[in-house]
Amino acid sequence: MSTSAAATPTPQKQSDPPETKARTAKRPGDLIFSGLSIGSGLLIFLTLLLVAVFLTIRSLPAIQSSREVTGDADAVSLLEYTAPLVFGTVFAAVLALLMAVPVAVGIALFISHFAPRRLATPLGFMIDLLAAVPSVVFGLWGGVWLVPRLEPLYMWLNTYLGWIPLFAGEPSAPMRNLATASVVLAVMILPIITAVSREVFLQTPRLQEEAALALGATRFETIRTVVLPFGRSGVVSASMLGLGRALGETMAVLMVLSPGSSFSLHILEVGRHNSIAANIASQSAEATPDVMARLIFTGLVLFVITFVINAIARAVVARSTQG
Amino acid sequence: MNARKNKLVALAALGLTGALALSACGGGSPSADGGSDAGGAQPGAASGQLAGAGASSAESAQGAWTQNFIALNPEAQVTYDSVGSSAGREQFLAGGVQFAGSDAALTEDELAQSAEACQGGTAFDLPVYISPIAVVFNLEGVEDLQLSAPTIAGIFAGTITTWNDPAIVADNPEATLPDLAITPVHRSDGSGTTENFTSYLSETAGDVWTHGEVDEWPIEGGQSGDGTSGLVSVVEGGNGTIGYADASKAGNLGIAKVKVGEEYIEYSPEAAAKAVELSPRAEGRSEHDIVMELDRTIDDPGAYPIVLVSYLVLCDTYADQETADLVKAYAGYVVSPEGQEASAQAAGSAPLTEGLSTDATAAIESIKAAA
Repeated sequence: MSTSAAATPTPQKQSDPPETKARTAKRPGDLIFSGLSIGSGLLIFLTLLLVAVFLTIRSLPAIQSSREVTGDADAVSLLEYTAPLVFGTVFAAVLALLMAVPVAVGIALFISHFAPRRLATPLGFMIDLLAAVPSVVFGLWGGVWLVPRLEPLYMWLNTYLGWIPLFAGEPSAPMRNLATASVVLAVMILPIITAVSREVFLQTPRLQEEAALALGATRFETIRTVVLPFGRSGVVSASMLGLGRALGETMAVLMVLSPGSSFSLHILEVGRHNSIAANIASQSAEATPDVMARLIFTGLVLFVITFVINAIARAVVARSTQG
Repeated sequence: MNARKNKLVALAALGLTGALALSACGGGSPSADGGSDAGGAQPGAASGQLAGAGASSAESAQGAWTQNFIALNPEAQVTYDSVGSSAGREQFLAGGVQFAGSDAALTEDELAQSAEACQGGTAFDLPVYISPIAVVFNLEGVEDLQLSAPTIAGIFAGTITTWNDPAIVADNPEATLPDLAITPVHRSDGSGTTENFTSYLSETAGDVWTHGEVDEWPIEGGQSGDGTSGLVSVVEGGNGTIGYADASKAGNLGIAKVKVGEEYIEYSPEAAAKAVELSPRAEGRSEHDIVMELDRTIDDPGAYPIVLVSYLVLCDTYADQETADLVKAYAGYVVSPEGQEASAQAAGSAPLTEGLSTDATAAIESIKAAA
């Protein structure tokens, strides 16, 4: 601070050093900048707060008229309406994560540690490009191209691995089921998980890696003992980012899933599951005010789920950086 | 020089049309020359802004009407927001829009509420968009399919599950039907198409279809698609699938002939219009409130009973003369032969029959401005 003040050539400041300090702090540029950044920070809070308030107020009619509150047997049960949606949303997102994370970590490691530089750069570019494809396009691709191609695989899984509850049931063509939705979601969240993981793996301290190599570790052992433990928290937070996207994804799910409302584990059966976001999108067009309130209530639930998942992710990251 | 002169001419022309429009609007009492206004035949006569909202079923028809109307009346601005039937009626009753599109006519409660938005008058419904709903199917090796109402109901209710079921064979004695599972496909969103289709099922085969007339599919599970195009792509994507969709969007799919009386008839816009024509009007409504009680059990072989009727909801009284004239001109265009032709081309709808068109025109002529 003082050196920079001394370096400034303005004669005023040199003649009056005590005032300089106060003056530097009060420069208009600084004030504007700090005001802007504080304002932006507060704006996030304000937006979140407004969204939460909006969701709560607009879903109040649904809550007040629900069977849970009124005790009226004829009223719509919010629990029965929302629970299958929550189940479907979380189920699809978790399945997508299970498929995407191993592949994403593999790609990230390949780019950061295995690929020659000539290949690594364009590959990284392509992954980033995948992130820029709008979800409607993924939905179209999934619905038109992917659905018929997954059919033989699903039939095989159903015939030979049907004893696993996941693959049981009676799949029927076209395969617009939760499994397809999860595959599309997995492709959609792949880029973000890959990109973040790659950055983390690249930051592994060079010395630690060299030390492992010097101790006679193979490349795979180096990655297992040095890179992966170092990057774990990064991979976890990348996965949570991906999970957040998968939970809230609307169009792609809407376009590849024949919705239903149940707690079925049979991901190959059509008309069993639906996600909150896709349900809102498909029902809101012709919704009466009370249906709209119910839809907004499911939106509130999704909001809370996303919050909880982010909190869990933060806790995990915080613990792993401590250890 | 030349450009300036052109500008002047344009200005003069503008002033002239404006004056003409004013004289057309202001001159004489509404009863005297309301008739010529309602026809919407004078290009450039209407001006001002008009907003409507409502059913998505009539979206492409409304799109064609607003575009053509603006082309005929460059001074006017008409918009249509397809927010859904009930949202459209709600906005209309709140006074947010001047007209609504709706797959269902206003209820008695809504008519009572309309006094506020209609300056003490009342709202009324006009059938403006008649669209046949086709039973579409995708079955390898079968191009022609004939179905009776109980068979269709059985298929969609889940009691008929294979294509060589005796009931289907009885309808199609000539065809060779495969031993293949039927995959019925329904709309996953709430829809006027579903409502009209289930209305047909419950009226013609109430003992098989026990779920009544509903706008949201009542049976849990099964294949479904979002929106008409979503449903059509699902039917296209499978083998042995069957669904119901706005006939103009059926694409390359097979369309079943439906049994009416003793014959199996193919859908056509004319047959759909005839079914509406033969259906009685709803009773207990005011003179200009034209609401159809669609008779799905018609046995006239020239009528196709699976139709959707979408209404234009208007006020009989508007706040000022300019709005009233604009509404009259627009609604007049919609029910005119040209307007109906435009929607037939854009959306494959059936033209209004002469009787309906005449009554609708008379209703539109009754629109006036608040005193």
